[in-house]
Amino acid sequence: MCIKYAMPGTYIPINYLPVAIIMLISSLIGLGALVVGLLVRPRRPYAQKLYPYESGNPPIGDPRVPFNVKFYIVAMLFVVFDVEAVFLYPWAVAYGQLGIFGFVEMMLFIVVLLVGYIYVWKKGAFNWE
Amino acid sequence: MSLTGIIATLPETLVIFLKTFIAVNILMLHIAYVVYFERKVIGHMQARLGPMRVGWHGLLQPIADGVKLFFKEDIIPSSADKPIFYIAPVIGVVAAISSLAVIPMWDGFSIADLNIGLLYILALSSIGSYAIILSGWASTSKYAFIGSLRSAAQVISYEIAMGMSLVGIMLLAGSASLSDIVTAQQGGVFNWFIFKQPLAFFVFVMAAIAETNRAPFDLPEAETEIVAGYFTEYSGIRFGLFFMAEYAGMFIMSAMAAVCFLGGWSGPIPGVPGIVWFLFKVYGFIFFYFWIRATLPRYRYDQLMSLGWKLFIPLALANIVITGLVKIL
Amino acid sequence: MTLVQGFFIYFAVAMTVLALLVVTRKSPMHSVLWMLAFFFHTAGLYLFLNAEFLAAAQIIVYAGAIMVLFIFVIMLLNLKKEETERKLQKHWVAGLVVSLVLMAAMVKILSGITVLPPLGEYSIQFVQLQGNLMTIGKVLYTQYLLPFEIASVVLLVAIIGAVVLAKKRIL
Repeated sequence: MCIKYAMPGTYIPINYLPVAIIMLISSLIGLGALVVGLLVRPRRPYAQKLYPYESGNPPIGDPRVPFNVKFYIVAMLFVVFDVEAVFLYPWAVAYGQLGIFGFVEMMLFIVVLLVGYIYVWKKGAFNWE
Repeated sequence: MSLTGIIATLPETLVIFLKTFIAVNILMLHIAYVVYFERKVIGHMQARLGPMRVGWHGLLQPIADGVKLFFKEDIIPSSADKPIFYIAPVIGVVAAISSLAVIPMWDGFSIADLNIGLLYILALSSIGSYAIILSGWASTSKYAFIGSLRSAAQVISYEIAMGMSLVGIMLLAGSASLSDIVTAQQGGVFNWFIFKQPLAFFVFVMAAIAETNRAPFDLPEAETEIVAGYFTEYSGIRFGLFFMAEYAGMFIMSAMAAVCFLGGWSGPIPGVPGIVWFLFKVYGFIFFYFWIRATLPRYRYDQLMSLGWKLFIPLALANIVITGLVKIL
Repeated sequence: MTLVQGFFIYFAVAMTVLALLVVTRKSPMHSVLWMLAFFFHTAGLYLFLNAEFLAAAQIIVYAGAIMVLFIFVIMLLNLKKEETERKLQKHWVAGLVVSLVLMAAMVKILSGITVLPPLGEYSIQFVQLQGNLMTIGKVLYTQYLLPFEIASVVLLVAIIGAVVLAKKRIL
C-alpha cells in the first residue's frame, strides 16, 4: 500500500510568534497576581466564613440547582449557527472573486438554514417566559 | 531551521517580546484608569464628583484600589472546586488581553498582523465565556451558578450576532486582516464602514455591550437579583482579575469598533498621528459605554434573549444579504 | 532535529498527555478543561500546516461552541465526581484489546506511507501570498459547492433535532 501525502514539516508560522508571546505574558500576569495574592493576603478562616454566600444562612441543598432545559437548547442552536457563521467568513473574503455565482449559492445556504430558524421560532424555543 | 537558525532569530524574538510586554503594560494601565474614568463620568452624570480623596481629584484611586485588592482576606468556599476556582479568572484575563495582539494601533503597527485577525478576536472572545461559566460552576454557590448560566447563554447568543455583523465588513474589505480593513476605509470620512454598514454597526455595538456584560445587558451581575452573579464568591485579587478581564474586554471591543467601523488610525485632519485618532475613537466608544450605563435601565432576561435571537441575528443576516447584493450590482 | 520536528514532537507528546488527562479525570469539569487545552494544541498543529483558518475554526467551533455545549450538559445533568471503583472495571479488557488492534492498524497503515514534498498548485508560498481565507473561499465555493450545500441540510437537521429532543421534556 502506498498512500501519498504532501510533506507537512517545513513551514514555521513565524507570524504567530507574537501571539504565543502575548498569551504567555497575559497568563503570567494572571498567575502572578494569584501567586502574589496567595503570599500577601491574610487568611483567618473558620467554618462559617467558608460557607458559600446564601444571604447569611447556612447553604441549603445542592448548590447546582436544576435549571431550565432552554439553556441547553440555546447552547445547541449556538453550535449550529456558529458553524454557519464559520462558513460565512471565507465566503465573505473570497466574495469579490466569486461574483453572482457566489451570491446565489450562499443565498441557497442561508435559505435552508432560515427554514430551520423559522421552525425553531415557531416552536417557541426563543421565548423565555 | 536548525539550532543556529533559532539563535539567529533570538534578537528578533526579543524585540517582539519587549514590544508585546510594553503594549500589554500600557493596556493594563489604561484598564486601571478606565475604571477611574468610568467612576468620574458616571459620577458627573449623576451630579456627583466621583472619587476625590486619593490624590488630586482622586487620580491615585486606581492604585489604591489595586493595592487594597491584594491585601484583602483570601476566602474560598470550602465546598468549591479549587483548581477550577483558581484558573477561571486567569482564562478570562488571558482571553481578553491576548486579543490586543491583532489590533492595528497606527499605520503599520500591530503586535501581530494576522491574516485571520477578525477570526482570532472572535475565537478569543468565545474562550472568554469559559471564565464565566467555570467560575460559577466551581463556586458551589447558587447565585454564582445561576449567574454563570445566564451569562454564558447571553454571551454565546450575542456572539453569533457579532460574528455575523462582521461578515459585512469582510465582504467590503475582502480580507479578515484588521490592517487591511483599515486600509479599505482610507480616503475620507465617508469611506468609513459606519456609513456603508450602519446596520452592521448597530448590531455590533449591541452585541459588544452584551458580550462584555455591560449595562443595560449586565444581567449576569444583576445585583438586585443574584448578588454579584458568577463572581459572588470571588474576593480580593481574584475578583480584581475578573474586573481586569471585563475592562480589557471593553477596551478590545471599543478598539474593534474603531478599527472595523470608524476608520481605525485614519482621521479627517491630516498631520495628526494615527495613534491619536485611534485612541480618540477608542475612548469615545468607551465613553459611549458609560453613557449608556448611566442612561438605560437593565433589561429583563427574557427580553434580552429574545432580542438577541429574534432581532439581532435576523438583522445581521439581512445585512449580509443586502451587502452581497449591493456588491454584485 | 529541525525546529519544525521539535515543535511536532512537542505537540504530539502534549496532545497524548492531554488526551490521557481528559479520560482519566474523575470530575467531568476537569476533563473539559484539559480538553480545552487539547483543542488549543490541535489548533497549534494546524498552524504548522499553514492552515490558519482551520486553526481559527477549531477554536471557534470546538473550543468555543461544542465544549460549551458539553459544559451545559454536565451542568444540566449535574454530574457528580465519578466513583473511583467504577473506573477500570468490567470493560477494561475489551477496551485494551480494541486499542491495541487500532494501534496495530495505525502502525500498519502509517508504515506504508511515503512522504512527498509539497505538491500541486497550492504550495505554501501560494497560500501565503493569496491569504488562507481567500484560498479556502475560492476552492470551497466553486469546486466543493455540493458538499457545502449539503452541509446546510445537515445543519438544518441538527437544528430540528435539537428542538425535537428537548421538546419532549419541557414545552
